[in-house]
Amino acid sequence: MIIYYFIIAIALIGSLFFTRSKILHHILLMLFNALQWGLTVYAYLHLNREELSYFIPDGAAMIMLLVLAVLSSASSYHSAGYLEYHHRHHTTPHRAKSIYYAAFCLLIVAQTGAFLSSHIGVTWVFVELTTFAATVLIYHERTEYAIEAAWKYLFVCSVALAFSFIGILLLSIAAQEAATINLTYSSLIHNAVAFNPFWLKLAFLFVLIGYSAKMGLFPMHTVCVDAHTVAPPPISAFISTTLMNVGFMAIFRFYSVIAPTSIATWANYILLVAGILSVFVAVVYLIRVRHFKRMFAYSSLENMGIVAIGLGTGGIGYYAAFLHLIFHSFTKAGMFYQIQQVYRIFNNYLIRRTGGYFHYYNSGAIIMLLLFVCITAMPPSGLFVSEFMILKAMAEKGYFMLLILLLVLLTFSVWALGKNFFRLIFSPPYGNVPEEKIKPAESLSQWALLGMVFYLGIYPPVELVNLIHAAIITLPH
Amino acid sequence: MIHVFLITFTITLIYIGIANRMSTFIKILALQGILLFGLSFSELHDISTLNLVFILLETILFKTIVIPLFINYLIKRNKITREVEPYLPNFASLVIVTLIILASSLLSMTIDNSPVYTIYFVVALSSLFTGLYIIITRRKIITQLMGFLVVENGVFILSLAVGSKMPMLVNTGILLDFFVSVLVTGIFVNKIGDVFKEPDVNHLSQLRDL
Repeated sequence: MIIYYFIIAIALIGSLFFTRSKILHHILLMLFNALQWGLTVYAYLHLNREELSYFIPDGAAMIMLLVLAVLSSASSYHSAGYLEYHHRHHTTPHRAKSIYYAAFCLLIVAQTGAFLSSHIGVTWVFVELTTFAATVLIYHERTEYAIEAAWKYLFVCSVALAFSFIGILLLSIAAQEAATINLTYSSLIHNAVAFNPFWLKLAFLFVLIGYSAKMGLFPMHTVCVDAHTVAPPPISAFISTTLMNVGFMAIFRFYSVIAPTSIATWANYILLVAGILSVFVAVVYLIRVRHFKRMFAYSSLENMGIVAIGLGTGGIGYYAAFLHLIFHSFTKAGMFYQIQQVYRIFNNYLIRRTGGYFHYYNSGAIIMLLLFVCITAMPPSGLFVSEFMILKAMAEKGYFMLLILLLVLLTFSVWALGKNFFRLIFSPPYGNVPEEKIKPAESLSQWALLGMVFYLGIYPPVELVNLIHAAIITLPH
Repeated sequence: MIHVFLITFTITLIYIGIANRMSTFIKILALQGILLFGLSFSELHDISTLNLVFILLETILFKTIVIPLFINYLIKRNKITREVEPYLPNFASLVIVTLIILASSLLSMTIDNSPVYTIYFVVALSSLFTGLYIIITRRKIITQLMGFLVVENGVFILSLAVGSKMPMLVNTGILLDFFVSVLVTGIFVNKIGDVFKEPDVNHLSQLRDL
């Protein structure tokens, strides 16, 4: 089945690239989404069955695939709206649309491959492919900013991925010394206890630094921030959610390999340090940020920091980390879709040039308010549940100093986010804006995403809980 | 023989650190390509012929001929000045590159029991950090790219250490080369040259927190 998925997807991408008609584009895009959902359902029905010798839909991959399928449908819808709007106001060449759609679908295919792959090298190849597709999309608006952001994204990601490749090579040196030449995750998890800890430590450092560019975690986070600011909003929604999940998965798979070995405690400390530094950097910038999309980008950095802390803490933290990723993906994607509609009213992403959103668009303002409740992890949002679990895990492990530090930083971030959100929603109308009426139906996807964040937080279905447990089953408890 | 290639490669790293002209820089990159060719020829004797031919072609054709010619073309087309224009004086670069090599050797001494891989490890790590050093301290986009090529050469050397048993990893590394070098330089250096008059990284600093 996966082979058919790749063949059909490539055919669709090719046709998207070569057609210029709007209706054909929409039909092809719908077909692609149907294909994506088809693969997701198929993978769920055939869990843990190996295909093409390098792809296994296991629990972790399945969760990420579901999130990806939901967000690719929503992003497709908003992409059409975005291109329509952008085309009306700017003179982009006509083929830019075709390139956009083709790169968009390629990005989804690359992410699917990265989630499903069961071989450490194959994962890396697909992650590299996401870089290429994302760069093309960041460059879409063809402004000087776009060139700068695209160049930085491509260059820094390539250097970072060279780092993670070195990490993989170091791991393979360790594997070869222990007479293992099979680099699939299951074989590595099985044999890693016999590996030389020196190579493993070095490999983990390189892999973590490398993939942190994708996950948006501390050492290489800057590249993601710039990319968010410039990329079209539906693409920012991807870079900030599913693409970060790709980075997380790459790090998580490697972490699962070393979790049974003697260096697990050391790796946990590294993750905790990377996590808390991410939160710290994010909060420092959140306080002085002036651009909505940059603010969302730093908020993503903060949330990825929390996820890394959850992973490094262990225990219930593993479970919470996955839960947090799911909720964060839905919330952050909703924020980027909504900010695109904010832009259509105010024609600006700068926070000081907005205000009185209620006056212009009622439904959107309520969505923004609910998104604020979600992203600051207030009850009853799902993020509250996951964040609370992570804090609980930290208390159980006795990391009290870190817990207090994290809570102080989170308080600052709530204040910073609140200041900017409330300025947008409640301040007096900014006035003199080219008012564009937005139909409430255009915000339906945000309502759906919000509904899922609230619902899944309160009543997580048994199937989802089982999937998360299957994802973390190899980790020590 | 392998040791001769690896040590010569390390010497080229020092030379790259102090190279003053773009043309010298490019010639060293070509020389590194030849060294990698020799290295893979003498190291990878027990992999399949097709794989070997592919890897040899990559080193000799791609790294030694195509990329240097391509960079030369880009320099001419975009009228890039012929000086490397580092931020730091050459003497400082010399000291830093030497320190990088020394630190890599010291790090490798702490490995317990793998003498086979040690020298590969030292050379690869030195190459990696020299490349990063060049990326950080050179002013032009094109020199940053050349720094990246040095990083890639380091990755290639490390992949040769496990290449006999796992040729797939060598091929994957080559994929990195193709991806980045061809697509990226082709699309971007041209575009950046068109939009900004002088292809200098200082122009690429508009995106920041105000």
